[in-house]
Amino acid sequence: MNVTSKDVSYVASLAHLDLNAEEQARMVRDLNSILGFIESLNELDTKDVPPMAQVASARSSKTSTLRDDALRPSLPHAAALKNSPQPDANFFKVPKVIER
Amino acid sequence: MDFDLNLLTVASARNAIEQRQITATTLAEGFYKKIDAEDKAIHAYLTLSKERALAQAAKIDAMADKGDPLPPLAGVPVGIKDVMVTNGVRSTAGSKILENFIPPYDCTAVARLEAAGAVILGKLNCDEFAMGSSNENSAYGPVRNPRDLTRVPGGSSGGSAAAVAAGTAVAALGSDTGGSIRQPAAFCGVVGVMPTYGRVSRYGLIAFASSLDHIGPLTKSVSDAALILKYIAGRDPMDSTSVELPVPDYPVEIGKPVKGLRIGVPAEYFGEGLDAEVKAAVESTIQRLAAAGCEVVNISLPHTKYAIPTYYLIATAEASSNLARFDGVRYGHRSKDSKTLSAMYRRSRDEGFGPEVKRRIMLGTYALSAGYYDAYYLKAQRVRTLLTRDFEIAFQKVDAIITPTTPTPAFKLGEKSDDPLAMYLADIFTVTADLIGIPGMSVPCGKSKDGLPIGCQVLTKHFDEATMFRIGHAIEHATAAAN
Repeated sequence: MNVTSKDVSYVASLAHLDLNAEEQARMVRDLNSILGFIESLNELDTKDVPPMAQVASARSSKTSTLRDDALRPSLPHAAALKNSPQPDANFFKVPKVIER
Repeated sequence: MDFDLNLLTVASARNAIEQRQITATTLAEGFYKKIDAEDKAIHAYLTLSKERALAQAAKIDAMADKGDPLPPLAGVPVGIKDVMVTNGVRSTAGSKILENFIPPYDCTAVARLEAAGAVILGKLNCDEFAMGSSNENSAYGPVRNPRDLTRVPGGSSGGSAAAVAAGTAVAALGSDTGGSIRQPAAFCGVVGVMPTYGRVSRYGLIAFASSLDHIGPLTKSVSDAALILKYIAGRDPMDSTSVELPVPDYPVEIGKPVKGLRIGVPAEYFGEGLDAEVKAAVESTIQRLAAAGCEVVNISLPHTKYAIPTYYLIATAEASSNLARFDGVRYGHRSKDSKTLSAMYRRSRDEGFGPEVKRRIMLGTYALSAGYYDAYYLKAQRVRTLLTRDFEIAFQKVDAIITPTTPTPAFKLGEKSDDPLAMYLADIFTVTADLIGIPGMSVPCGKSKDGLPIGCQVLTKHFDEATMFRIGHAIEHATAAAN
């Protein structure tokens, strides 16, 4: 499978990355080289092998993923807003959302 | 100060404070002087947390003055890899995108260390978002290996390994997603432990790949690592993947003899590409374990060569999702003057992320994108099952597996930085343990003729860190006795 410059543009748009021309060219080269290496997985017949999606829970029945639905304190409003790049008293401000 | 800070261990530092030979404050100040004098050449530290450290030291000293019993890690100066968030102390993850990020809460592992009395000296350099094997991907400049300044310290916990090796921290926390604790530990000649997946909470660890990320200690000795792990391990309600199993008393377990333990030696880890000196050092270590009464068993882990490709699909897929949160909205870098929200996202991410992070986001996004999901991501998840089965079969015959930690000793700065694939292969012996969730550690087991440290890796069954520590301890003793 060969990754083209068009593929890279498309994937960059999915990933919200703005690659410049130089990055774009390098990415085509690197992705092809890495994916070429990854092709070796096709030597393995895995059609009857289940995918492994969980690491811990398969090992310990005591991994409790559910907790009581109890109220507990959360991060104070002011602390949550403190790192905001464009602070506002109540909200995170962003540029215009609807594009025309 | 009469103390040689280079020789301090976790146990001896606490002991000196308990015996009133030194105060926690004097000790912390001594470390800051040492960092000022020596860290410019190494660049292990990104941020010093002096205020927080001295407040904690004063608290310990007040307890000691009153004659109160001291907590188990009282006054022990430690460093924290900068991928763990620290309340009020800048946490960058080695990235420009978090250059000014001051977290409003603490990572559980850090909070537990501090609750046990440790003094947090500062935040340690690492590859950006823990993505790298040489620390050259840090946006703040590389770390140099204290054993040879022309060489890399390994990565991604390069700052953690270098600080412990240089003696600018008594111990450090690192994170391991594909070898990022064990590989730099091997390169810098220190002990590095990755506990079982689920043993240590990841709450407050800036996520790279959630099914692979682990937090663990880097220390000067196996018993120090056992001590640190004891206090950071255990269920945390803030991390649903942390398990509710009792935490064994590792420092006690460590002293048990290794006689009768069955040690597996996998043929696939001793083949082509393994440096001759590394091979010889690990083989001598195996002979020493045999002399100590271990039974050596030749085993096979047939899918070993598929571990790296599997890892680079799963880790990047998860990273592409985890790193979607860096969007310039709530914290982190925001590009100036974007007219629309989507332009702001794209530009903030483009300006904030370095080349390796972009490469991995791209690979992961590609592997998850429509039409490729089955061929790449799902395929990798199936091979992950095969890798797990390899180890399940092996662990029916053996109690532990011994391998080299890395194929070569530390390489030179710049040697692999232009070739992502060559860099990925530096993790060839460490990634599998991350993929299947078992514990692993690297213990120094010798030196190359150039004086570079060589690490031996010990792998055990899920949640059997106790056996791993026993064997690591035996290796440490046998190595010291042989030199």
